[in-house]
Amino acid sequence: MNSKNWMSGKILAMVLVGALLLILPHFIGGYFIYVITMIFFYGYLGMAWNILGGYAGQFSFGHAAFFGVGAFTSTLLQIHGGVNPWIGMILAGMAGLLLGLFIGYLCFRYGIRGPYFALAMLAFAEMLRLLAMEWMTLRYPLGISIPLKGDSFLDFQFRSKIPYYYICLLMMGAVIYLSHFIEGRKIGSYFKAIRENEDAAEALGINAFRYKLVAMAISSFLTAIGGTFYAQYYLIVEEESVFGPTISIAVLLGPIIGGAGTVLGPVLGGGILEGLSEITRNLLGAYSGVHLMIYGAILISVIIFLPHGILGGLQTAFQKLSKW
Amino acid sequence: MVAVGLTLIFGVMKIINFAHGSFMMLGMFTTYWLYLLLGIDPYLSLLLSIPSLFIIGVLTQRFVISQIMDAPAHNQLLLTLGISLFIENLALFLWTPNFRNLEVAYLRKATTVGSVMISFPKVIAFLFAILLTALLYYFLKKTDLGKAIRAVSEEKEGALTVGINMRRVYYLAFGIGTACVGAAGTLTAPFFYVNPHVGGIFVITAFVVVVLGGMGNFIGALLGGLIVGLAESVGAAFVPGQIKQLIIYFIFIIVLLFKPEGLFGRTSE
Repeated sequence: MNSKNWMSGKILAMVLVGALLLILPHFIGGYFIYVITMIFFYGYLGMAWNILGGYAGQFSFGHAAFFGVGAFTSTLLQIHGGVNPWIGMILAGMAGLLLGLFIGYLCFRYGIRGPYFALAMLAFAEMLRLLAMEWMTLRYPLGISIPLKGDSFLDFQFRSKIPYYYICLLMMGAVIYLSHFIEGRKIGSYFKAIRENEDAAEALGINAFRYKLVAMAISSFLTAIGGTFYAQYYLIVEEESVFGPTISIAVLLGPIIGGAGTVLGPVLGGGILEGLSEITRNLLGAYSGVHLMIYGAILISVIIFLPHGILGGLQTAFQKLSKW
Repeated sequence: MVAVGLTLIFGVMKIINFAHGSFMMLGMFTTYWLYLLLGIDPYLSLLLSIPSLFIIGVLTQRFVISQIMDAPAHNQLLLTLGISLFIENLALFLWTPNFRNLEVAYLRKATTVGSVMISFPKVIAFLFAILLTALLYYFLKKTDLGKAIRAVSEEKEGALTVGINMRRVYYLAFGIGTACVGAAGTLTAPFFYVNPHVGGIFVITAFVVVVLGGMGNFIGALLGGLIVGLAESVGAAFVPGQIKQLIIYFIFIIVLLFKPEGLFGRTSE
């Protein structure tokens, strides 16, 4: 198959899948709409993490820092300043971006790499969680509730879950496009060069510090926007659920399992995990820890048997086949 | 104690172990159940928690971690995260998330010396920690096995050429490391609540201690422990409640930024 046919085939497939997802909510029940929305959502967050962790190779164990800042920024602005949540979403993204640049500047300037960067991110996220906890017990011991405004697009509140489905689909689509865009440009190659060997990349004249900051900025901006979506979806913000390590882990599991540094890997991984968690929840009900236990087991087996994730593993398999 | 185990594992195998807190939790639960069901004294249960955690550690190394000894560092980190997710949620499933307390009558007394309250179990834990660390130190310095462990930690290729069985050393180091946290769990159980997620609280502190003392540096871990302990109690006098945890994270980040080789670390590698 020549490359032009291959490309148009790919585009056709994308259009078909897109169209299918657009009409899907009219054929399935509310529960499935919820599950698929969550798959989109974790796919989105996973791809946001993937830009920093997958492409640029800077593993973050503390993306909850950006997620929480996003959720808190838009919610507090809305409650205290009457700022529209859509505008709040952009501002939340900016706040996340600023935090990302701050942390990134500190870490990359002083050459924190690899596992140390992961731990430093974890420490930053935990610091924010503790600060938020201290502040919340004084001001909002029950969590911050966003006042109900009824069904209104302008207020980012809907009685039905279908609009959230579409918003999330749009967000995911945008990040798929962005990842694809990055992958095809010079900047994507720079990211990968830094991931594979930072010193060698520097020797070739790539400003590793700058490009790591760029990756951090994009990733933190997108993650914070995800935080706003989460706040508007549940209409309540609690420090444990937005700043907690659970979010940091949930965000990175998808890309790791699906395939870090690939466009669709995070969506695939997020889909598998979310599907599994729903199945165990339905089968076992109250035992809430079981799905995390299975996550752990999957994580262990993927790292051992498919160190590049499911998509990465498939790619190597195809390469072997085509060499034959 | 937790930090000593962590630093041993890191020093020998260059793996940052996230599952450490989970192993500690297992140690705490061992003690808790032995006391509750069989009435065995918490300190006597050290005789059981240390060997059983050692075995768990060796098995983990044999069947899981040895598969990825040559993988990139972040994958090793993720693997230990997976192990910890698995163990903690298995515990959650088996023993529910309830907070439990070990109620032992003779340990509930606290002695007052001057104006300072001294809690009995904490003193015992402190003494035991020093004793066990001293034993471990002796083992590493004087015995052949201990020397092999140190050799692998300092010069992997060199150790291989003189015929040290690398796999056995790894098993041993990981086993001893987890046995250390198992003991730490047992010693902590009398004065701390027991719950499946309790390990996380200690393991973060332990990371700070290890980084502070210099990764893989044994004496450093002890000194680092003292510093963090001091910072925590001094901090607690000035700021309320949870904020004292903040101080630990703060120290952690500062050390990572400015002195990643640790306060007592040698800069030359």
